[in-house]
Amino acid sequence: MKKQWLWNALSILLLVVGLVVWIMLPWYGVAAVAAVLALWLLLTRSGRLALAAARIGIASLPQRWGASSVIIVGIAGVVGVLVAMLAMGEGFSATLKQTGNDDTAIILRGGSQAETNSVITRDQVPLIATLAGLRKDANGRAIISPELSQVVNLPTASSGEDANAQFRGVSEEAWAIRPQIKVIEGRKFNVGVRELIVGQGAKNQYRGLDVGKQVKLGNQAWTVVGVFASGDAHDSELWTDIETLSSAYDRRAYQSVTVGVNGKAGFKELTAALANDPRLKLDALTTRDYYSKQSEGLTKVIKVLGLVIGTIMAIGAVFGALNTMYAAVAGRAREIATMRAIGFRGTPVVMAVMLETMLLALLGGLLGGFIAWAIFNGYSVATLGANFSQVVFQFKVSPELLWSGLKWALGIGLVGGLFPALRAARLPVTVALRAT
Amino acid sequence: MKYFSLIWSALFRSKTRTFLTLLSVISAFLLFGLLDSVRVAFNSGGSVAGADRLVVASRLSITQMLPYSLLPQIESTPGVKKTAYAAWFGGIYQDPKNFFPNFSVGPDYFEMYPEYIIDPAQLKAWQADRTGAIVGESLAKRFKWKIGDTIPLQATIFPQKDGSNAWPLKLSGTFKLADSKRKGEENQLLFHWKYFDEANQYVNGQVGWYMVKLDNVDHATRVAKAIDAISQNSDHETKAQTEQAFNQSFAKQFADIGLIVTAIMAAVFFTLLLLTGNTMSQAVRDRIPELAVLKTLGFTNGTVLTLVLVESVLLIVLGGMIGLGIAAIIIPVVSAMSGGMLNLPGIPRETWLTGLALMLGIGLVVGALPAMRAMRLKIVDALAGR
Repeated sequence: MKKQWLWNALSILLLVVGLVVWIMLPWYGVAAVAAVLALWLLLTRSGRLALAAARIGIASLPQRWGASSVIIVGIAGVVGVLVAMLAMGEGFSATLKQTGNDDTAIILRGGSQAETNSVITRDQVPLIATLAGLRKDANGRAIISPELSQVVNLPTASSGEDANAQFRGVSEEAWAIRPQIKVIEGRKFNVGVRELIVGQGAKNQYRGLDVGKQVKLGNQAWTVVGVFASGDAHDSELWTDIETLSSAYDRRAYQSVTVGVNGKAGFKELTAALANDPRLKLDALTTRDYYSKQSEGLTKVIKVLGLVIGTIMAIGAVFGALNTMYAAVAGRAREIATMRAIGFRGTPVVMAVMLETMLLALLGGLLGGFIAWAIFNGYSVATLGANFSQVVFQFKVSPELLWSGLKWALGIGLVGGLFPALRAARLPVTVALRAT
Repeated sequence: MKYFSLIWSALFRSKTRTFLTLLSVISAFLLFGLLDSVRVAFNSGGSVAGADRLVVASRLSITQMLPYSLLPQIESTPGVKKTAYAAWFGGIYQDPKNFFPNFSVGPDYFEMYPEYIIDPAQLKAWQADRTGAIVGESLAKRFKWKIGDTIPLQATIFPQKDGSNAWPLKLSGTFKLADSKRKGEENQLLFHWKYFDEANQYVNGQVGWYMVKLDNVDHATRVAKAIDAISQNSDHETKAQTEQAFNQSFAKQFADIGLIVTAIMAAVFFTLLLLTGNTMSQAVRDRIPELAVLKTLGFTNGTVLTLVLVESVLLIVLGGMIGLGIAAIIIPVVSAMSGGMLNLPGIPRETWLTGLALMLGIGLVVGALPAMRAMRLKIVDALAGR
């Protein structure tokens, strides 16, 4: 009795260590484990015995389909929810991170953190253009784009309730600074008339933004003349000419200046030049830093939430798997005892039950991952971003996420199979053979 | 009730199985308790807050300010009892990560919120001090501020006239809320709008929003329309709505929490249904001879059906209650650790009720098939093991 207690304690300890290592294991580690397992199964005597025993168990699976599906569905649920949650975080951070790069920098008023809070007066813009480190165009002029963004209320397409959209006024250079932006429908806006173009995300998120339609913003009617695609956070925005916007909203100052820089070195020169000019109390950030910072907080929250929810669900699924496998072992007690009586030793019996559970877990993991991918990959949602306005982004079910989902599934299978497997190996042969 | 001990011993006939199933049920309802509390907290958006107050903000956008000159016109709108105003400041304390709401308010702002409990002497001191500030007790505790301390608030939107971002404020007093559900509001810092208006570089004579107290809650829609009519077709059109609607519109824009929670819980409960359904059918299968004996002794078909149904409901309710109980213990801890970001005083009654309904529903559904099987047993066949 005491020996058995020790055994259990030891296996729990091993299990915890094993699980931690397993979740951290990189793909080549997993491949190595799989290779060692395969070699052992094929080349050693006990491995071949285990394989034979597992085959008997697996062959009888269809008879226990109801009970076995508990493991598959339970694990599929965990993996599905986990992958979907992480895909949401991944999608959000990918959308914002893609928006920025190291070749452009955004200049904001000192201490203002976000565009909405920033003010850059018109007389500062020519000063900024003379700073060191800026990228020049073919005519030798610095590529700088002063911009103004206004938060406007628009009814959402789903519920018709007002949501905050970002309405950005840009100069001609904005297109040169963001070459990833392409007009996919209609045309660009004309300067001096109330025309705007909308991002493809915004077009789906809000009502009435089809090309040719008029929208009322700030008491004035604007005509939608085009749709653009950028594949990043700008997709959630509405764009127009900066002077048109500033006159419509009576805003004389700009908010931010986005500039092209000559790589990392250029950015260093730029920040140094800014710090040395007492007329410019401004902060410069590479757009990569600026947009990554905006995604950090929410991405972390989503990730932690996903892991917590996944863990609680995984615990539930482990108990479900334990239950099913105990029942399976109990149901096949006589069969297992017979096998032991004719010479199958402990290890092959344990491995056979484990292999069976792992197979079910793998099926569950694949099913869950597939469901998450089929439903959520590219699923579009919006949240409130750092500038008090909606950021539309898509769930991104990446192969890495599916991979870690599978690892979770196998981890659950490992825990759920081990204890029933140990019980199977310890069944007293004589008692089990007499069982009805 | 007289059969309770029979059901109880049937439930624990196979200890391992019942125990493992219970643990699964517990973890499912623990998750439900946690998620649904978050959902309720998000969607209520201060449904507990006074319904007799309107928020009047710019119709054009949240960042647009309104002229101070609207005040007398709003005050004289029929049905308006009292009006106050405030302007968002958006300052940071030491680090942007130390986020808390801070805004400037008119002198009689606290009359608008009688539920904010503040020492009258402190209120008086605040009103007398141009650079005074009042903070909620939770916030004061979080940063260990004492009355008389100077709080070096850093502007992110509104620098001082000389261009500096430093807005040192003197702490004049603290307020608290009796309602534990609204402790989150103790995270605010309030200072004088007059000081803000005079000292900032950019805006003059502008407020962020007006708060309006109504004579009669039933007239909310009419008064809101009348207030919006004042500024119609101007460049500062307003949108008046109840405080509750205003708060909710924010939460909704952040994320559709309701949908996420429903989706996750659907996955969890579907799994749970399958799992406990399997347990119950096993439990009945194992006991066929015993059930036959019961019937031989004279238990009617109906009684046997009820016995099995009650057993399955009992299993789920037992696990569910333990799960929700654990959630009730965890939530205040999480809430305290989040430093005011998440405000969950406990499991709301709504969640308890939904949870209970779910437990009964799942219990009945899960028990139905095995119970029918038990009811239809033919004594002779069952005893013979056929």
